[in-house]
Amino acid sequence: MLISNILTQRVRQDVLEMIFNAKASHIGSAFSIADIVSVLYADVMKYDKNNYKREDRDVFILSKGHAGSAVYAVLYELGILTKDEINSYCKNGSNLSGHVSSKGVEGVEFSTGSLGHGISVACGMAFARKRDAKKGNVYVLVGDGECNEGSVWEAAMFANQHGLDNLCVIVDCNKMQAMGNSKDIIDLPEISKIWSAFGWNTVEINGHDCEQIYKALTMPHKGKPLCVIANTIKGKGVSFMEGNILWHYRNPDGEAYNKAKKELTD
Amino acid sequence: MRNAFIEKLYNAAKSDKNIMLVTGDLGFGVLDKFARELPQQFVNAGISEQNMMGMAAGMAKEGKKVFIYSIANFPTMRCLEQIRNDCAYNDLNVKIISVGAGFSYGYLGMSHHITEDIAVMSALPGVDVYSPADKAEAEKSFDAMLNKQGVAYVRLGKGKENDIHPEGTEFDISKPCLIKDGDKELVLTTGAIIEEAISAREKLGGDLKVYSVCRLKPIDKEAILDILKGYKRVFTLEEHSVIGGLGSIVGNIIAEEGLPVKVVKLGLKDIYSSKVGDQKYLRKLYGMDSDALVTEVLKK
Repeated sequence: MLISNILTQRVRQDVLEMIFNAKASHIGSAFSIADIVSVLYADVMKYDKNNYKREDRDVFILSKGHAGSAVYAVLYELGILTKDEINSYCKNGSNLSGHVSSKGVEGVEFSTGSLGHGISVACGMAFARKRDAKKGNVYVLVGDGECNEGSVWEAAMFANQHGLDNLCVIVDCNKMQAMGNSKDIIDLPEISKIWSAFGWNTVEINGHDCEQIYKALTMPHKGKPLCVIANTIKGKGVSFMEGNILWHYRNPDGEAYNKAKKELTD
Repeated sequence: MRNAFIEKLYNAAKSDKNIMLVTGDLGFGVLDKFARELPQQFVNAGISEQNMMGMAAGMAKEGKKVFIYSIANFPTMRCLEQIRNDCAYNDLNVKIISVGAGFSYGYLGMSHHITEDIAVMSALPGVDVYSPADKAEAEKSFDAMLNKQGVAYVRLGKGKENDIHPEGTEFDISKPCLIKDGDKELVLTTGAIIEEAISAREKLGGDLKVYSVCRLKPIDKEAILDILKGYKRVFTLEEHSVIGGLGSIVGNIIAEEGLPVKVVKLGLKDIYSSKVGDQKYLRKLYGMDSDALVTEVLKK
């Protein structure tokens, strides 16, 4: 039994509270990745909760930084962040910015917010570890919309060239991006084949099924970097948010909040 | 100065395994010895500056001291946001080397003219900026960059610069350095273009005091104020836009202190350099050669 199985609903509830209280945005993006981030922190990654900076830790970078509330929520559920900290999310003077921040936030590896950055940083960490034969895997989550960024493919080429088998990219493939459906903006049909063509060991899964996520993230991929295409639904978990681009931006007001809370509690 | 800088880097890397040299597929013939002798500390990131700079942040996070080698505006403007968000914001040890200061690659065209880098890099908090005039300044820039945590940027000429510091003389790279004494007028310069100021001084019969300002950020304000004492005007000369470079830095200090000193800025006048030619030709064409300086000095 994976810990993440009992975590994901609570993570979504926390995200809803944080975003409702802060009148913030990107709830759909956070729900899209809630299961993946839960599996990573709760079941896959090796790290010392009492000494998060240990050199041999596995690391996770959220390259699509706007979904940061999901990471904060997971860290709270695992006892790494406090209730006071997540209550401060996006409030005046808080360290917990809307785009994920590592400054003053235990458990977050790197601040992001501009798309296409996190994957390169992850690539550099994996490369340095490989050169020094150091332990610890590097996981990085990018959005499928984020794959519009050229730097994503620069990193993909480098990781393949250097056989970075300590690096795993998870693509949160919810097929939507800021202005609508990806197929109407920059279509990447058969995204698995593209990553495979770039030389990556690629596997495609249901990104809301903890067992499938766990299995994919722990599969052997010696000599090659691993790409997990996680098919997801933006807004997953709240019926009226699922697949609706409005919830990339909209803050759940009183009525929407109550309905969402009910759905996530039942 | 380029080769002297790389030689210093090679020697330091031999005794510090955490020094990494990362190139954006440039430096053919220049980086060979490093790559051959220290292959575990060298990597060619390919023609992909954004990824290279993001990776530099990642490597530095893992304890590496990363030196990025490239030319022109590629390791600065092409990946400016990676420098800002990933490297500088996190105060990571990433040192950026760009070869081709000013019009060093004159005939290659505007894409290869480095004329706004000081302005752009100086705007980023925590980024030190070095603009050496010769081999000795390049070597001292290296030492200073290596020994300070965080991001630093150095613009290098591509070779054959005149040595302005006689072999073996001591100087402090953090301060403006007096290169030629003179009575009446004062010029502050940065980079190899100092040779134009020295030449102007000869044409003026020696009545021009010439300083080299290698470290532009952080600038030693007190040292600049000391130098300005007794002058009613100061000339600045740089192979860079007149916006945001040495002239602006000196002008800001004067304005902040409310000094009655006029600043005459010689540099590229808020235009793009669309003509090509060798370095000397372009300096003349764009009004930053010794004759242009003499003309300004002779104006009353």
